[in-house]
Amino acid sequence: MSRVRTDYEKTLWRKIVRFVNGEKDLFDEQSGFNVETEELEDRRHRNFFEEAELNKKKVQIAELIEERSEETEQRAVKLYERFYRLFAVITCVAIIAILLVTVANLPDYGDPDNPANNEVSKKYIEDGIKDTGAVNIVAGMILDYRAFDTLGESHVLFIAAVCVMILLKIDPDSEKGKRFISLENDRAYEPKNDPILVWATGILVPIIIVFGIYVILNGHLSPGGGFSGGAIIGAGLILYLNAFGFKKTERFFTQKTFSVVSVSALLFYSISKTYAFFTGANGIHNIISKGTAGDIISAGLILPLNICVGAVVACTMYSFYGMFRKGGL
Amino acid sequence: MQAVIDYISSNLFEGVAIILFGIGFTTLFLHPNLIKKIMGLNIMDSSVYLFLAAKGFVFGRKAPIVTDGVAEMESYINPIPTGLVLTGIVVSVSVTAVMLALTIRLYWRYHTLEMDEIMQIIRKEGK
Repeated sequence: MSRVRTDYEKTLWRKIVRFVNGEKDLFDEQSGFNVETEELEDRRHRNFFEEAELNKKKVQIAELIEERSEETEQRAVKLYERFYRLFAVITCVAIIAILLVTVANLPDYGDPDNPANNEVSKKYIEDGIKDTGAVNIVAGMILDYRAFDTLGESHVLFIAAVCVMILLKIDPDSEKGKRFISLENDRAYEPKNDPILVWATGILVPIIIVFGIYVILNGHLSPGGGFSGGAIIGAGLILYLNAFGFKKTERFFTQKTFSVVSVSALLFYSISKTYAFFTGANGIHNIISKGTAGDIISAGLILPLNICVGAVVACTMYSFYGMFRKGGL
Repeated sequence: MQAVIDYISSNLFEGVAIILFGIGFTTLFLHPNLIKKIMGLNIMDSSVYLFLAAKGFVFGRKAPIVTDGVAEMESYINPIPTGLVLTGIVVSVSVTAVMLALTIRLYWRYHTLEMDEIMQIIRKEGK
């Protein structure tokens, strides 16, 4: 049990502390104190003025030291920057030199006997059509043999779009959002109704989007595929947005469209590819036929997967632009 | 002189890719402006794509799209670097977008894009 002592000031320990601190009234509290009262008062007054002056001086000295230290700091920063620049240039030149010497020892450019042209690419080229049904061997590779890699890529794009949304999305109902929209947004001046832009967009955008769809649908037959076609469609959407403004695009593309299209495309991709891997790995009969190589509807899952990837890429491109432009779709 | 000619004839594309890489790296390392740092990173990305595409190329062979029914390794280039470049482009687009978004947030907070000015403001606020 411990109790708080009220007579703390009168304890022996306290007295010793006061003695060590230099106070005079050691063990007898009466004597000594009364005699020196006047003197003490006087000294206290003097001390007060002296202290004030001392404080003033201290402040001045501190200011001086600060100025001096700031100067030296700036000089040090300048010196450091110059040194850093020199050092960085030397590092970069050294890295380039080392890498150039290394490149000189690489196998020759365009040599068929390069170690890179090994049995892996041989397998892809020679068995590609039989295994995947795709005429375009790169499409067959990235969407059949290495489909999980492409699934990860689509997820990287989707996550990047979500990150940009987290960083830049502005709530238009909040106080801050209202201020931002009134200050920095050019939406009030839309649509711009620039005749050249509007006419060129009216001619170009349908062609661009149809070309993007063509690139996606022919991904397994010709150069192209989901990523490039999706980027083309996204570019067409951005051009349309620039010519006609957000009011027109909001009729068919909002935040909800973005989430629904991206999430359902990624879900379809995951489920269909899980099915394909499950049946393939366990030797179960796969109901998805490969079709005739070279037909538009062939190559099993590659065509729908290309469409999914294209949808994700187009939505992501457009949402990037919308976020950077006005902080929302 | 002969060594230089040999170098150019055997490894021109790889050498150009390395020089581009160095340019991008220097920009990323030295330039105080954040937007130009991002540009430097993108130049580095492109140099890596050039390097990969050059490694996959073989003289006298075509792109790996089987249109005439000949599925032999001797008539097509290596398809693997092409797929790697595709992956790289997608990742670089995503990374660039996220970096630009972060830069915009920094600009909202500090009203400058110069790295050293931002550092000075941070140091002053920390004291």
